[in-house]
Amino acid sequence: MALNPTHELHGRRFSRNLGVALCLAFFVALVFALTVVKVKRGDPMQGYDHTVRPEMVPGTGRAADPVTGGPTDGATGG
Amino acid sequence: MTDIGAFQAETAPQEAGFGDYVQLLKPRVMSLVVFTALVGLLVAPVSLHPVEAFAAILFIALGAGASGALNMWWDADIDAVMRRTRNRPVPAGRVQGGEALAVGLALSGISIVMLGLATNLVAAGLLAFTIFFYAVVYSVWLKRSTPQNIVIGGAAGAFPPMIGWVAATGSLSVEACLMFALIFMWTPPHFWALALFMKEDYHNAGVPMLTVTHGRKSTRRHILAYTVLLAPVSVWAALTSIGGPLTLAVALGLNGWFLIGAARIWRRGETQAEADKYAVEKAFFRFSLLYLFLHFGAFLAEAALKPYGLGGW
Repeated sequence: MALNPTHELHGRRFSRNLGVALCLAFFVALVFALTVVKVKRGDPMQGYDHTVRPEMVPGTGRAADPVTGGPTDGATGG
Repeated sequence: MTDIGAFQAETAPQEAGFGDYVQLLKPRVMSLVVFTALVGLLVAPVSLHPVEAFAAILFIALGAGASGALNMWWDADIDAVMRRTRNRPVPAGRVQGGEALAVGLALSGISIVMLGLATNLVAAGLLAFTIFFYAVVYSVWLKRSTPQNIVIGGAAGAFPPMIGWVAATGSLSVEACLMFALIFMWTPPHFWALALFMKEDYHNAGVPMLTVTHGRKSTRRHILAYTVLLAPVSVWAALTSIGGPLTLAVALGLNGWFLIGAARIWRRGETQAEADKYAVEKAFFRFSLLYLFLHFGAFLAEAALKPYGLGGW
């Protein structure tokens, strides 16, 4: 019996490999799309440079102390 | 036949194709999970970005598939005995048990982490609990030890709409709990009707289904009892913010029909059922699938009509 290079076994193996490849490609695309969506929204990215901005301090519109993260105190000059 | 020919004949059926791995994830169960989770997500008062919503549904479905693979790994011995399940990839020998376990564990991890990243940690935690509940509490612990396996294990199938809701809102609510309760109360009559006409399967496999441990008359009583308990849950859900006049009408109609079917099952004896080849039980089982589809479809319709001032209360 001659070896058949296109035996059903090869077909099954190919379908498995193709399926895994497509799933991985799809997964990469999905993670990329999710990243774009989340980065565009931007809210959690405010502290990327470790500087707290006024709008990040709950309940106050005052400038935040760059060291402590809290609102600056006018008396001390913060 | 040469050695190579013999080798090919012996190994060819063992070589799994991609479809065999898809079968491990129980695609039919996944379709129900996708539908109910999608409804839970879409009827929630907070809307997600379409990409996030798609990812949420995908990873909830993947988590359900992962628990299905773990279930197939654990239950391979009884699946091989039951006519309904003997062609599954593991008992049929196309996929090794260890492979099913690996696929189940890997997909569990991926789905939980990705759902957490795509939506929120509460939804990811609920998904993790659902997988644990189905794979360990139901498959490993309850299924072979108590006739209440379906009742308690049914909780695993009831979580998806709740996870969908939590993925969107980040918290639980009475509506999410009622969608959970609806599927939870629906599961026993659905599966016990199946057990009535697939009687040999569970008996041969030694699974303590109610039909085997308490008899068929008792199972018929239980179907009626759970169908009666399902009705108020369904109507209550229709009266909340996810319901409306349309859902209430659908709920009343579906429950009326379901109760009539359960009462007919309760009144019948085995002789009568065998005479018509379990026609009433089979019709009840088919209707139970329609029940869930239409009920959740009604929730979805209410949400879709709301922007036009038509849906909801």
